[in-house]
Amino acid sequence: MMGTVTRQRIAAALALAVLAGAAVTFPLVFSSPATTNYGVYALIFVTAVSAWNVFSGFSGYISLGQAVFFGSGAYAVGIAARDWHVSGVAVFGLLPLGAAVGAAIAVPFGLVALRVRRHTFIVITIAVFFIFQLMAYNLSSFTGGSVGVSAPFLPWTATTFNERFYYIALACAVVMIVIAAGVRRSRFGLQLRAIRDDEDRARGLGVHAMRVKLAAFALSAAVTGLVGGVWFLYLTQVQPPSGFDPLFDLSVVLMAFFGGVGTISGPVLGALIIEPAQLYLTATYTNGYISEIMLGALFLAVVLFMPRGIIPTAGEWITRLRTRGRPAVPAAAAAAAPQSAGKAAAGDTA
Amino acid sequence: MARQVYQAVVDGILVGGVYALMAVGLTLIFGVLDIINIAQGVLVILGAYLSYVLSVRLHIDLFVGLAITVPAMFVIGVVLQWAFIRRLRGRERTAMTLLVTYAAALIIEGSLYEAFGPDYKQLSAPYVTSSVHVLGFYLPYIYLYGFALAVVIIAGIYALLYRTRFGRSVRATTQDETAARLIGIDTSRVATLTFGIGVAVTAVGGMMFGATNSFNPNSGYDLISRLLAIIILGGLGSIGGALAASVFMLTLESVVDIWSPQWAIAVFYAALVVVLVVRPTGFFGRAPARAQ
Repeated sequence: MMGTVTRQRIAAALALAVLAGAAVTFPLVFSSPATTNYGVYALIFVTAVSAWNVFSGFSGYISLGQAVFFGSGAYAVGIAARDWHVSGVAVFGLLPLGAAVGAAIAVPFGLVALRVRRHTFIVITIAVFFIFQLMAYNLSSFTGGSVGVSAPFLPWTATTFNERFYYIALACAVVMIVIAAGVRRSRFGLQLRAIRDDEDRARGLGVHAMRVKLAAFALSAAVTGLVGGVWFLYLTQVQPPSGFDPLFDLSVVLMAFFGGVGTISGPVLGALIIEPAQLYLTATYTNGYISEIMLGALFLAVVLFMPRGIIPTAGEWITRLRTRGRPAVPAAAAAAAPQSAGKAAAGDTA
Repeated sequence: MARQVYQAVVDGILVGGVYALMAVGLTLIFGVLDIINIAQGVLVILGAYLSYVLSVRLHIDLFVGLAITVPAMFVIGVVLQWAFIRRLRGRERTAMTLLVTYAAALIIEGSLYEAFGPDYKQLSAPYVTSSVHVLGFYLPYIYLYGFALAVVIIAGIYALLYRTRFGRSVRATTQDETAARLIGIDTSRVATLTFGIGVAVTAVGGMMFGATNSFNPNSGYDLISRLLAIIILGGLGSIGGALAASVFMLTLESVVDIWSPQWAIAVFYAALVVVLVVRPTGFFGRAPARAQ
């Protein structure tokens, strides 16, 4: 038994090393800006979806308002750069401000929204999202109205521009994945999952539910705000419908479900598959409607055929493949054990 | 000033009646199936396009056309429920149903774009542009007819729920699905028919929305967020609550609109947030026995 675990550890470490190597060398191999563009967007979504997952995936509170933090982070960086006359590479120093603004919004938002559960929570996040989009339009002296805000000019060529943003986004994604893995292993993560499974019982057992939910919400918001700032600097502009985009909210949730909610690698995989596919479809079918229909059809297919996402479903397939052809274990307890052990292993490596 | 406020209140009540009709469908679906149908907004827009096709291409009157669009939307609802929503079970059902209905919304929206393009359309008829002058208020005919029709249909839904055997099955399923099944109610049939009815009312809502607003395939998002706010405010699953909340919200919006058209819709959502801070179950919502 120990041997298997060690072998699994080594295999996981090897796989991680290969992945890290591929991620780092990607822009060196595919140096064309059109290709690195896919990489930058994919990594921005890896970060955003993992951040969503740390709150919504672990706690079971499905937020459809992540764009509130994404857009606010983008606007915070943009407005600060404009009003404080920050130019050149110094604008990257403003990224922590995006994170701080995200967290600062999450606290009052969470204090109101986290009092209610399930559908009501989802709808409140949608309502708050629309209030923010409207504020971006209407507070035009501050946000520039429908014209939006532009980022300061960065004196880089297209290739270096994309390459540098690729590494910035990669750094964000790695930090977020490490945070997510840390949270999952910690007491904090356990409390979040206890809330997901049965909030009333978790409270009965001494979990300060509101404090834990709010902390996870603010953490998720801070990272989303930060990566919103990166997205803004990369795109060099933000308008109300692009910063506060309802499709962003739903894409994030779709990617998480596609990969597997509540796991570490699921959201990463979901973002890495869906975001480039979406970009490719939009670029291929310029009218955009076909890609919308295809995205919807993909949604339906995922929900109907892999209702728990790729990672948990694939984990089950692997377990089934491994145990295939083995003689049936006689005792009932022993029969149950390999399967649950396999599931636990799939969950741990995930 | 006072005159303007009165007119805004009257407008709000009339428009609120139409929103109530769409919201009743949504809250009915929630009550029985325990899901939020995100596609409700785009289904309203689909209803508006169906009316548009009938009136522009076939020259059928908007109200007469409902005899075709209502059954058509009913069938669409039944198919959606039967093909997709019925299959979803388990812990993630809340989120999954949300995603499925959202996916349906995306597909419908994309198809509408393919068929009609992004240009704004509006339904036209003689009674859309003319209005009657009563007691100093200008009341457009379309609002009066629409309000009357909404009242009749909502009364019909009430009668269906409280005066028929089917209605009793629906209410039993709303209260406790397991218990309803135990006493012999075919809950999956109840769910399918309820979904059909909840979607069928969007044909009427869509016709009214299309006659009083210009719309394009993208208009569904604004609509669904309003409808969601309304049914949450009224208390999920409560038909009376949906009525009260529609009239309250639309009147509030219409009055605020006098001073600040820009912020009217923000007041709409802010009202939702404020009410929920004070009363998390909405106006008429029952506290759940034990929310999961």
